[in-house]
Amino acid sequence: MSRLQVVSGKGGTGKTTVAAALALALATEGKRTLLVEVEGRQGIAQLFETEALPYEERKIAVAPGGGEVYALAIDPELALLDYLQMFYKLGGAGRALKKLGAIDFATTIAPGLRDVLLTGKACEAVRRKDRSGRFAYDYVVMDAPPTGRITRFLNVNDEVAGLAKIGPIHNQAQAVMRVLKSPETAVHLVTLLEEMPVQETADGIAELRAARLPVGRVVVNMVRPEVLDAADLELVRTVPRTAVAQSLSAAGLGGARRGGKAEQLVDPLLAQAGEYAERYALEHEQRAVLGELDLPLHELPLFAEGMDLAGLYELATELRKQGMS
Amino acid sequence: MSPEPAKAQEPARHRLSPARVLDVDALIDDPKTRIVVCCGSGGVGKTTTAAALGLRAAERGRKVVVLTIDPARRLAQSMGIDSLDNVPRRVKGTDGGGELHAMMLDMKRTFDEVVEAHADPERAAVILANPFYQSLSAGFAGTQEYMAMEKLGQLRAKDEWDLIVVDTPPSRSALDFLEAPKRLGSFLDGRLIRLLTAPAKLGGRAGMAFLNVGMSMMTGTLGKLLGGQLLKDVQTFVAAMDTTFGGFRTRADATYKLLQAPGTAFLVVAAPERDALREAAYFVERLADEDMPLVGLVLNRVHGSGAGRLSAERALAAAENLEEPRIVDQGGGKAGLRNSPDTYGSSESRASETPTPDEGSPAATEKERTGDTARADEERPVDQLTAGLLRLHAERMQLLSREQRTRDRFTARHPEVAVVEVAALPGDVHDLVGLRDIGERLAAGRPELP
Repeated sequence: MSRLQVVSGKGGTGKTTVAAALALALATEGKRTLLVEVEGRQGIAQLFETEALPYEERKIAVAPGGGEVYALAIDPELALLDYLQMFYKLGGAGRALKKLGAIDFATTIAPGLRDVLLTGKACEAVRRKDRSGRFAYDYVVMDAPPTGRITRFLNVNDEVAGLAKIGPIHNQAQAVMRVLKSPETAVHLVTLLEEMPVQETADGIAELRAARLPVGRVVVNMVRPEVLDAADLELVRTVPRTAVAQSLSAAGLGGARRGGKAEQLVDPLLAQAGEYAERYALEHEQRAVLGELDLPLHELPLFAEGMDLAGLYELATELRKQGMS
Repeated sequence: MSPEPAKAQEPARHRLSPARVLDVDALIDDPKTRIVVCCGSGGVGKTTTAAALGLRAAERGRKVVVLTIDPARRLAQSMGIDSLDNVPRRVKGTDGGGELHAMMLDMKRTFDEVVEAHADPERAAVILANPFYQSLSAGFAGTQEYMAMEKLGQLRAKDEWDLIVVDTPPSRSALDFLEAPKRLGSFLDGRLIRLLTAPAKLGGRAGMAFLNVGMSMMTGTLGKLLGGQLLKDVQTFVAAMDTTFGGFRTRADATYKLLQAPGTAFLVVAAPERDALREAAYFVERLADEDMPLVGLVLNRVHGSGAGRLSAERALAAAENLEEPRIVDQGGGKAGLRNSPDTYGSSESRASETPTPDEGSPAATEKERTGDTARADEERPVDQLTAGLLRLHAERMQLLSREQRTRDRFTARHPEVAVVEVAALPGDVHDLVGLRDIGERLAAGRPELP
């Protein structure tokens, strides 16, 4: 089991939710996980129904069996100052650099420095040990940038290492890359059973593989329950309208004759079934595409009422059941 | 904060209509509308909305260019822009008198063009070959946003199109693209730049010796951090760019002002889901803070139902009736149980649907059924299917009311924002027919019922 679990996915697929559920799932049975956010959106705080996270590792949840989930929202600017302090004892100079705009420069405009700081901080947490030599966290789960940018984001250290050919940034970038390209890391992609996210997932996997980054699993999120099966949908195409009208009438929904209350429901209900059938076919197609990726697939159910803390624990249980943790 | 608070004064609205419905055709037909910016969080159909608006405007007679940032492959192909060459291409197959052009942003090339436009050929060559520049332009934080706005400025300056529809980048934080020009501008004006340019101007590394102690400590620190060679690359880059910085800043400011100008219209795109609408509310507030002209909210993927009068509760109860084992089915005694919807029906449906004595009464229904004695066995699969149809309907009605609640929360918070709803499609869009369909839905203002 890789100790750094990176979770990416197209926008709107619920990657933050999956990352959080995975952190919970990995924390069960006395384990300790760190859930890391890198995009400054405070999605973790919203999900765990807590106030905005500071740049500080704090416990946000207790998992079944006594495990703990810590969370950290990495702020690139503070990470840089942290880094300067840690490696160069440059507290004062750091402040001076800030005044000059150098920190702003380094974290927003300088090529890749921001991403190096973000992945660097996550890797530091992976490698950190306490006094007894035990790893500070059993697992680190990263809520990473979306699929379209993930390879670049993770691979930026390689580029930076090439750009800064010597010096501490170079060394740091190389150290981070060693973690990211090792079996210590697994990059999971979250998708929906829709064409665009599935396509993007396939493209993302190809890019990750080309960059020799370790691809983990594919998580299909928000899978809708099957209300009608293939046999039902076959019947929808052939069933006489009058039979459905009579059935509706038998269920107590009014008259089955032309113009009757039950009869009036037939067309709209069949139209809805038609839409369902179209979506059903599309979903099957997309499942087949995902099947060809040759990666472990997991499916998580849709929570129609929206995600909340209770739902998150349910998803964590589901992930454990499916053997993702 | 709202520019037109008076619009919020309308009395209690009908549940299904927002304070104002956005008139899309009026917006895209107005010759004064020159730029439409579609923004919103990822995965809400922003690019599709931009493309559909562009097509509709073109087919209504305008000469339009759609600037997309990172379209899904098949959507791009539907408009014939699968080649990423940074030049607007005419889209074939449109109807009407207008023209539709589309282009996909190539940020590196856009950046190169800016450099070439502002520096003499010799200096431009130095910049383009600089490793620091190559990384910067290939798309690190903020470059895409900045280049999208730069390209918009270029297209507008050409004045070749009546209307430019822009799709915004999938930024990590909602409105990065608004800040990109400012951020770059303030960086370029900053003291850091002057510090970095100073030694290079004085003749590269030799110049370092003449710097005062404070400055040399700074460059020393940077050198330590970045590695001497990267610092040198940065310095030569900055020095070479020095003369073009003025141009950069002017352009960044001009683009920002262009966005605030009267010919620009911002559309926030969202889906009727909690997170997407929360993000949309944030967009609305940010745009107001920045004095950007918001014209409305496009709410994609809204669901409807042709059987809206049948409540979820009643549909579920009826489905349960049908799924009960019917061993003694023909017994008249069961009919009473099965035909008593009102014990399950919600008060809402009861009010709207009083059973008519001739058609809907248990007696009439029962007479119809008992006349057909073969029904019990033969119709069993149909009953099961009908139960499924009713469950599907119940799900739809629950979805509808959730969407309604989410949307009402947004409308309550921002009653000044005109809304247009676009009905959900079962599949993705990948041709002009699909885009045209979306355009019609956009213009219709609300989802038409099936």
